[in-house]
Parts: sequence; structure tokens; C-alpha cells
Amino acid sequence: MSDWERSSTVRVVPPARARRLAKVPFVELADGRLQGVVSSGSDIERVYVSSVEAAGFTFACSTNNNRPCGGARGYFCNHIRALIGEAVLQYGVERVARYMRVDLPDGEPGVIELHGAMSAARPAQGDRAAAAPVFSRFLRHLAYLELAPTTAPLPEMQWFPPTRGVA
Amino acid sequence: MMRADLLADPVDGLDEALAAVAAFDEVLVGGLLRPQPAQAAGLAGLAAAVAGTPLAAKVAEAAEKAVAGAADEDHFVALAAARSALLGSVHDALTDRVQQAAGRTPGEWTAPAPAAQQPAGVLAAARSWLADLARCGWRGIDHDVVSGAAQVVGAMLPDPALRRQAALLDGFAAELAASCPGSALERVPARRWADLWSRGMLLTLPGATAAAPAGTATGRLLPLGVDLHEHATAVQAQVHGVFEPADGGTPLLVRASVSAPKPDTVVGAGLWQLLRPHMSLLAAVSEGRSMDLVGMPVTAEGDLLWSDAYARQGEAADAFSTARVALPTAAGGPTAPLDRHPARIAVPVFLEGYTAETGDEGLVFALAGQRLAVDTDRIPAAGPLTPEAVAASVACIGLLRWDAGSFLVQPLAVETTVRKKPVAVQAGAWAGGTADKAGVKAEKAATDAAAVLRERAGRLLRK
Ligand SMILES: [Zn+2]
Repeated sequence: MSDWERSSTVRVVPPARARRLAKVPFVELADGRLQGVVSSGSDIERVYVSSVEAAGFTFACSTNNNRPCGGARGYFCNHIRALIGEAVLQYGVERVARYMRVDLPDGEPGVIELHGAMSAARPAQGDRAAAAPVFSRFLRHLAYLELAPTTAPLPEMQWFPPTRGVA
Repeated sequence: MMRADLLADPVDGLDEALAAVAAFDEVLVGGLLRPQPAQAAGLAGLAAAVAGTPLAAKVAEAAEKAVAGAADEDHFVALAAARSALLGSVHDALTDRVQQAAGRTPGEWTAPAPAAQQPAGVLAAARSWLADLARCGWRGIDHDVVSGAAQVVGAMLPDPALRRQAALLDGFAAELAASCPGSALERVPARRWADLWSRGMLLTLPGATAAAPAGTATGRLLPLGVDLHEHATAVQAQVHGVFEPADGGTPLLVRASVSAPKPDTVVGAGLWQLLRPHMSLLAAVSEGRSMDLVGMPVTAEGDLLWSDAYARQGEAADAFSTARVALPTAAGGPTAPLDRHPARIAVPVFLEGYTAETGDEGLVFALAGQRLAVDTDRIPAAGPLTPEAVAASVACIGLLRWDAGSFLVQPLAVETTVRKKPVAVQAGAWAGGTADKAGVKAEKAATDAAAVLRERAGRLLRK
């Protein structure tokens, strides 16, 4: 066993990088998708629920009221573009590319190369089935804010040290 | 003065215990659906290692069933208990060594009264999920099995009595989810995941997390520094300090903790912002003050169950004066039986007279002919302390820890010399707020992020 394998406190997942949340309050790599929520620029009550599947890049975008996004007709809409951009800010381009199973070109690829590689695969537009679970994951995410702090010690958190390394 | 030489001496029996643990950790890598011969050996080794203990019969039976691919949840609990007992003995041996090195005597453990009952249903669900993981093995995990945690954690989070279980399982599940599918992993953090799995299993037993106060504390609390813990959806700050009882009794090493669940986009200074309103002690650390406690509940382990109602601001108290004068006189608390694990060792120490050297393995303090590794990665990003400042330091308040076979020190604060004058830098200096230029910027970014999330929650959550 290497030191890494026999360490109790090795950092497996780096923390999210800080980013501005105003346009894209939620983005995650989960359920085999890059998925998240994009706030509407015009209607404060409306959000777009957007997702792109790993590997095939099948994409979907609709509102929280299950109306189809007008921009997502055969190619990535602006919401999905924003989602990809914020995912790269939050996780770093390499982690997003690895999760999405995108082969990035050599050099110093960034969000443009990532977006380009996925678009070039001519991904299909999926149905809106993913929207409801993604939106409920977003609500669950927000609900963490409402949970009361405690001053009873949590010894389990000894296994979760901070790290200065980022995603 | 710290006897660093003692930390490098071999500890009797340590390698044997850790070899049995490592072999069992490999068992969980492959999973227990269809155990292979190497896994059978690992299971037999675990049973043999606890053969002379009260666990012997239960573990032998569990190992036998597991080898046949027929282990049920109770068998998994028995295996987790055996592994935890072995690491408990490792903890005890290491702690003895630390006490000798630091010249301190450990306290005696007295069991607290059982705390409130915990709901059995959700604990059973947690156990069932962990049993599924053990069958799959880390190489066999996929999104389907990992996502089983979401419902369990969702049911636990609102109940403060289940916060320990929730924090553990939530952090563990997020890590597993980010590592799916297990079959594609280049390497597996075998010790770590087996730790989290075993601990999760034991925390599903009734009464495992009883943390009733053993008494109250009245006197002066002198902070040493802040230790921060975080995963994507939880954060905890623990202030280590020396408590001087008002009745003139022996000073004690104590901790005060505050923790909160959080969205994963709350990071950096946002962590302090989340915790700050719930423990005035964080501000005292930032301001370099002591606090006066009256009737503060405290556990047998020396954990203050903080409430601002029992504390008021005290006089100025410099952490390095505390480390030089009060720390050597302070007695350490005992460790709760379930917390006996090497990862739980975090003993406040004061070091000076070392030479900081940066080599291939990172920063080390050369001290009394020994080289003590310095875990600079544990220094919170939202704070003024940097690895560079530690490398330039002449004195250090730290937590002595042990991981992957060796002792290391986690810096909580250092003294450096600027124009021939000592300057102290605290890792947790921003915990209570800061006027530092970089700190103010980090605070602003965190405030903006939190405002967006609260606005979105207010508009969307209650529909
Ligand atoms: Zn769209």
C-alpha cells in the first residue's frame, strides 16, 4: 500500500472553487451529467434547468415550470453555455472534461475547447425528463442553508481536513 | 519541551495491527459479493487479530459468513467493530507516545449518561446502504448504489441528534459519487474509505453518539488556535485552548466546536461567516482575547458545549504566551471509546528551536535530531497564515497528528521575526472577521455568494 492508500485523511475531492453565483446559482457533476440551474435574465421568478449527459452530450434545457427553452433547438443554448462555463470555474476544466469523458486537445485547453469538443460531436437533444430531479436537487442544495448549526462536537469531521489545493 | 525523538521510535505491535487493518481494507476494495481467496485471508486475519478479545466469537462467525459471501448486516457491524478495535489499540499506543513526548498525563474515561434516543428507522436505512457498499466493494460502486445515501442523509439532516451520522455519510457519499464508476479508478483510498465505512456502521448502533455533558466549566479560557474541517456540505471549526478553572484547579486542554451543514458553493471566508454568529469565541481568537466562562457545559473529553449565554469577553491574551506559560501545565482529557482512532489524535503542542527545511516531501521541522513533517495543506485558505510563513517561522503552535505511518504537525499559528521583532500569525485569524485587505475581499465575495443563495432559496424553496 502506498502512503496515499493508507492515509485516513487524504483529500479525495477538492473543494469547489469560489465563483459568482448570480447567473448560475447551481452547477454539479452528478448522475452522469453536467447539470444545474441558470437564472433567467428577464424574469426573477424563472430559472432554466439545464443538463448535458457525459459521453454522448445529449442535452436538455427547460424552465422550472417545464416549458421548453426557446434557445435549445438542435444545439446548446446560452444557458448550457453558461452552465459549462461556470462548471469550469467551479471544478476546473480537467475535472469537468474527465467527468464528461471529453478528450481535450493538447496545450492549455479551456472552456472554449471543452464547449467546442462537445458541440463537435453533434449531440442530440434529450427529453425534459432530467429537469425535475435536477431542480429538486437544487432545492435540496438550497435547503442546507436552513439547517441549524450546532456546537456539539462532530468527531467525524476529523476525517475531512481542508486543503489549499483546488479542483 | 517537546521530546521529538520519542516520536520516531518504533511502537511495539503497531505494524502487526496495521497489517491486519490493511488486509481487511483490501477486502472492501473488492467487495464481499463473491470473495476471492486473498479476501478470505484478509477476513481470517482480522478475526485472528481480535481472537483474544471479547469480540472474538462474533467476529470469527462474521468472517466465516463473509468468506462464503453470506454476511448480513450484523456480520458487517461485527467486522467494522473488529477493525475499529484494532485501530483503537493503535490510537492508544500512539497517544501514550504523544503524552510522553509532550510530557503530559492523559485523563481517565468515565462513561457519560446515555443521551436522547435516536430514531431507529433511519439508522437501519443507513446500515443497509453501508452493507450494500460492502457487497459492491470500492471497485464495484456505481451511481445507483451510491445514490442510495441521499434519502438517508436527507432524513438525518434536520435532526440535530443525528448530525454526526449525517455529516459523515454526506461527505462519504459525495466522495464516492465523484469516484464512480469504481471500476475506472486508478487507485482507491482504501484506508480512508474503510475508516468512513466502519465508523458509519458503528454510528448506526443505538447510543453510539451519546455526548452528554459531564459537568460545567467556570473560569478563564485562553485560546490557542482554530482547527477547521470541511467537506462539500459541512464545515466545523474547533478552537483549542487552555481552560483555567476559577477554583484554582488544574488547567485543562479543552475544545469548543461549532459546525453547520452548507451548500458546496459556500467556501473560503464563507465558512467563517456561516459559523461566526454561533460562537463568540471565534471573534475572541481573531482579537487575541480570552473569554470568561460561567457554568459552560463540558463533556468528559474536554469538549465545551458552547453557548454564548455562558461566556463573556475577557482580557487580551496572546496565544503564544498561553502556549509558553499555560500549555505545559494543562492536563489533557481522555478519549471517548468510539473516538479511539489515529485520525482523531490532535494534541496541541508548542514548538520552537527548530529549523524549517523544505525538501521533496514538503516542509519539515528539524528538531532534536528528528524531522517532523508539517502538514501545511491543512491551513485554511481564508486566513493570513501561509506555508511560506510557516517555513520562515521560529515558533509554532500546532496540533500533533498521525497519518499513514508517521507523526506530523498541523500549524495553528506561527511566530516569525520581522525587523527583529516577533510577529504572530494565526491560521484562524479571520474566523471572527478581519480588516486585512485580502480578507475583506474574500469576505465580500462570500457575502455576495451567500446573498444569491438566500435570495434563490427565499423565492423558490417554499413553493
Ligand atoms: Zn436554455
